[in-house]
Formats: sequence, C-alpha cells, structure tokens
Amino acid sequence: MALSLATGRTLWRSRRTRRLITQAAFSLAVALLLLYTAVRAARLDLGLGFLEERAGFAVGHQWLTSYTADQSRIDAYFVGVVNTVRLVIVGLVLATLLGVLAGVARLSKNWLVSRLALVYVEIFRNTPLLIQIVFWYTAVLLRLPSRERGIHLLDVAFLSNRSLAIPWVFPDGRVLPWLALLVPSALAAWFVHRRRRRAEEETGRPGHANALALATLLLLAVAAFLVTGMPLDVETPQRLGGEGVSVLTIVGGMQVTPEFAALLIALVVYTGAFIAEIVRGSIQALPRGQAEAAMAVGLSAYQRMTLVILPQALRIMLPPVTNQYLNLTKNSSLAVAIGFPDLVFVGQTLQNNAGHAVPIFLTIMATYLVMSGLIAALMNALNRRVQLAGR
Amino acid sequence: METKRTLRFAILAVAALGLIALACTSDDGGGSGGDTLKAVKDRGDVKCGVNDAVPGFGFLQPDGSFAGFDVDFCRAIAAAVFGDATKVEYVPLTAAARFEALTAGEIDVLIRNTTWTASRDADLAAAFTVTTFYDGQGMMVRANSGIQTLQDMENATICVLQGTTTELNLEDRFSSGGIPYTPLTFADNETLEQAFSQERCDGWTSDKSQLASRRSAYPAEAGGPDSLTILAETFSKEPLGPATLDGDSPWFDVVNWVVIGMMTADELGVTSANVATMAANPPSPDVARLLGLAVGDTPATDFGLGLPADFMQKVLAQVGNYDEVYERNITPIGLQRAGTLNASWRAGGLIYAPPMR
Repeated sequence: MALSLATGRTLWRSRRTRRLITQAAFSLAVALLLLYTAVRAARLDLGLGFLEERAGFAVGHQWLTSYTADQSRIDAYFVGVVNTVRLVIVGLVLATLLGVLAGVARLSKNWLVSRLALVYVEIFRNTPLLIQIVFWYTAVLLRLPSRERGIHLLDVAFLSNRSLAIPWVFPDGRVLPWLALLVPSALAAWFVHRRRRRAEEETGRPGHANALALATLLLLAVAAFLVTGMPLDVETPQRLGGEGVSVLTIVGGMQVTPEFAALLIALVVYTGAFIAEIVRGSIQALPRGQAEAAMAVGLSAYQRMTLVILPQALRIMLPPVTNQYLNLTKNSSLAVAIGFPDLVFVGQTLQNNAGHAVPIFLTIMATYLVMSGLIAALMNALNRRVQLAGR
Repeated sequence: METKRTLRFAILAVAALGLIALACTSDDGGGSGGDTLKAVKDRGDVKCGVNDAVPGFGFLQPDGSFAGFDVDFCRAIAAAVFGDATKVEYVPLTAAARFEALTAGEIDVLIRNTTWTASRDADLAAAFTVTTFYDGQGMMVRANSGIQTLQDMENATICVLQGTTTELNLEDRFSSGGIPYTPLTFADNETLEQAFSQERCDGWTSDKSQLASRRSAYPAEAGGPDSLTILAETFSKEPLGPATLDGDSPWFDVVNWVVIGMMTADELGVTSANVATMAANPPSPDVARLLGLAVGDTPATDFGLGLPADFMQKVLAQVGNYDEVYERNITPIGLQRAGTLNASWRAGGLIYAPPMR
C-alpha cells in the first residue's frame, strides 16, 4: 500500500500497471467475442431480397393503406407498421390524458374520487397486460351483439361485435389545393400573433394574441375550404346484403374493430395507471409553499392546478413518463394474442411463409428501435426545454 | 485497497473467460449434424413434434398423455427403433414454430398435420415422407346461416390461422372467384374458436380434418357439433405426412418405411390381433418379408434401414396397421375412410404402399 509509482521500484505492484493489464485483458476478451460473433453472423443468410416477392396473404385491418395479396412482402410489412403506429399514437395521447386525470384524482379531497382512482390504479398496475388484453377482447368486446342483432345508434352509427361504424370525413382527390392554401393561412396567423404580442408588451393592455391568431387561422382555413370546392366527403355507414343467404356487412364510414379497440383500451388503461402514479408522485414532490401561495393569491382550484402545480410537476414527470411511453410502444407487440395485424404479427406470418427468420426479426427489432428512438428524442428535447435555467 | 483491486481484476477476468466459453459451447446448437438415427438410439427416445389441441390428430388427454393419428405414427417409429412404443418424447408445437424446431434440432421428426409443399421441401429444408392423410381445405359455417357454397360468402369475415398454407389458399380461391372477403387471422385455435362462437366471423377455414376435429369438440353451450356445417367444396390439396430434416437419408428412410410398412400390413390384412399367429406361420412370401421372416430357404431380408429384422412385428403388435390407426383416431371425429382419398388403392383411394422387398 505504501508503494506508489513515485518510488517506481516494483512494476508489478504499481497501481497504474495493474489498471493497464486489467484493461488490456478485458479489451482482448471483448474483441475476441466480437470477432467470434462476426464470423458466425457472416455465415448466416441476412439478405432481404425475399421481401420483394409476392406476399400471397390478405390483411384484414387496414386504414389509409390499400394493400392486396398481390403486392410484395415489404408492402405487407408496411401495413403492419402503419397499424402499430396508429395504435401507438392514439394510445399515447389517451394514456397521458387518463394518467394525468387519475393522478390528480388520487390527490382529490373528495374521498370517493380518490378511492376510485386508487382502486383503478392498483387493479390495472398489478395484473399482467396480456391477461388484460385477452380479457377486454374475449370477455367484453366479443360479447357485444353480433352483426345481425347489432344496435343502430341515432340512425347513423352501428355497433356490433364486428365493428363500431361511425360517420367520418375522408379527403377526396382534390384535397391538395386546400392543403397548399393552409400554409399561407398559418403564416398569416403567426404574423397576427406576433403583432398582438408586441402590442401587448408596448401598451400593457391584453392583446389576446392566442385567440386572435387561432381565429385568423380558422377563418382563412374555412375560406380556403370553400374556395377549393369543399374537398372533404362525409361517409355514413351503410348496410349491405343480409337478405336471404347473403352475408350482412356494413360498408363506409370509420370502422373500429374489436381487436383494435381491445388492444387500445388495454394499453391505455394499463399505461395510464403507471402514468397516474408518476403524476401523483411528481405533484407531491413539489414544495407545499407553491400550492399555499397560489391559494393566497386567490386562484381557484382549477387555476392552481393548471397554472402553478402541473407546469412545475412536468419537470419532474418527464423522464419516467418517457419510460412509460416506450413501454406502451413495445407492449403493442402483444397484438399477436388477439390477431391484430401489427408489425410483429405480419413479420411472424412472413417468417412462416418464407423462412429467413433472422433477417425478419432483425428488421422488426430495428423498426422498434427507430420508433422508440424518435419518441425518446422528442421527449428529451421537451425535457431540455422545461429544465430550470442553469442546470 | 490492493486486495479490492485484485478481486475486481479477478472477477473481470473470470467473467470475460466465461463469456468466451459460453459462446464457444453454444456453437453446435441442437442439431446432430445429419445422423439422427444414431443420436436417437443413443438418447433412448424419439423426439416427436406434435399438436396438442386437435382431437383425432394430436391432443393432450386429461390424464396427461398424448393421443391421435399423428401421435400413433410417433409411437410406431419408437416401436421400430427401440421395440417399445412408449419411448417417445412429445414436443407440442404451434404452427408458427414447427419448422424452426425441426431445423434447430429440437425434434427428430415433425408429425403435426403438416402439408407437403414445394417451398417447405426446398426453402425450409424439410423432407416429407409418404403422405399419411390426403386432406383438403374446407370452410365451416353455422348451419342456420343457410350458406351452401363459397359464392354465398361475399363480404364475409373469415377466421383463419396465421402463417399457414390455409391463409394463402383462402386468398387464392376467393380472389380468383372474384369474391370479396375480410380475413381475421389468429395465432391459435382457442382464440379463433372464441371469436367464431361469438359470431365475430361468418366462416372458419382450415383443413377439413381440423374442421371435423374441432366440430366434434364444439361446446354444447355454443350450439354443439350439430350447429355447424362443413361446406362440400374442397379448395386445395393438403397432403399431410411426417417430415424430417433434409440431408439425413438414413433417418428419413426409417420414418418413411415404418409408415409404408403399416400401409403394407393394411393391404395384406395383418393386424395387431393376428400378427403373432402370422409371424409363427406366414401365409405368403409378402407377409414373411414384411414381418422380417425367412422365406423358404432365403434368409430374412435386411432392408438396410439399421433396424432389427422384426421391427414391423413390434410396430404392428403395439400400434397396429394403417387401418387400425385410422379407425381408432379419425373415424370417431366423423371422417369415414371408405369412399375418400384415404381408402386403399384397391378400394379407389390413394393409399398405395411401395413393395417392401
């Protein structure tokens, strides 16, 4: 212990030499491992050429894509990706809303509200997600009335265990001119916003920058819509067939299938429970003085929450909530349990039809990596913006 | 301080060496490198990939044992190699995982309602033996829907298993017939049956043997077997049979000729009941050759399969011939042998055994 490099006498005992030897040995081991993996990988067939062959199978749930079995395998995979992306986007938005609501409800002074929130959080956090998905699908959504005995809602929508069909707007071919006109409208609105903000700073009177900018945008958008000939169509679901032997179907409108709904509900409810606890924890982590000062200034409970508490709690919330977002993204792969064709499901079908397991699974992993990476990057940028100055 | 450093260095070195050792030993995976027969004999049992939820073909009984048409062929192989039909390890597999299990060497033979197709033979490196069951794809609908033909199923929702030839054939048949439809694919039959019984889909398509089997087990509270009809049309060829891995001829020959032997026994009328008397007193040279007995002055034929000469006697005594296996497993689920492709060639079917000589 007394021997240091300064005396330099015994090379073996010097700390620097020991460190160098350790590092060299470990680096050698890692290099050997990598070399071995590379040699094994080179022997594997990692080509993706088979993805251009005809797929041969149809995919039932499609939205905004029009894939048929005659297209290539890569098109089939793309349908899976679109399905996953729409599930994840809608899921993230709804889970955040539900999580914030439940988190705030947990801290409510109303005994019933806070207990209900507690029960919700405890039940859905502590049961496996796969069981929850299968439960929502087989025990709830499949038990809706069958199509022959379906329910008409207000004569425009139709509910059965095949789908919830509601009227919806779809853009027709002439939508591009309208979208092009929206760009100058947005610019005009931004310009108005800037002028009103400057007016507010100079004169001290409220300039209503946000409201006026929004009003400008809406007016110009509606004007552009009328000028380009109203390029949106409203589609109402229609009944087709059903007499005699032919099968009853509903065509048109937006149809939400029980598979998508079960997956969405399960993911939202499960992730929402976790987000609720994160929100509750971050609100409770704020110093009590903030809430007391807000009360002293005369803010209502709603104003207190939205103007003082939540903006500060956001700073604490963001990293754990990012984790939950990534969890939701990856948990969407459980769609295989109920036959919703997300990208893992389609990938598995491709693997069964064509072989080539390793390239397919590498592609699936790479897709998830890109999706999760995007979400994490966005959330980290948001995190940097809300950090306290000087951190 | 120094001992802590040394300890850390030692742990790192051991960990690194352990990683390398682990990586090196996992090189061989599960495959026996082309000599499955020897590996099976050394191990003492046959690893057989089967179904565990298809009554009649491969299913798990309440007492924990496996039974079915495919399962009986597993037992026959074990009886041929070891003289004991119980020396089988059953590996239940899903449709998605079955070929991976075969290529990875987790099973020796795959006997699981598997259709013989060109791409499976070549691309997936599976070698298919003689066909044990000539099947075809069919459609099952609810009896009260009134649907008689596939043309009636325009705009229908059809339940199908993921990753099977069924899915591809469905698309081919319906698109070539100009019939629009919506597929609903599931990973397993249990969830599919739930969706079908709740009327989520109008039709259920699969091999007719699978449909007959699931129909026979359809729960009474959903309507029971009589509430379902299997449409008459067969819209694909599904020759089902055992499969081994490519590049292993000795093992392939063993599996192939055990099955052919059972078909030969059916043609010659040798059953589990009379095999003992026939072995004592063979009524014809064909029977003698089948049972591994001498014919007159010529000694017993050794087919070069690496099995004991009397392997067919063990197989027939413990498992039975093709007809007995069929009657025991498939007739109870409602598929008669007479008049179908699975009848003997003499009766107009396709079961034809190459000569065992």
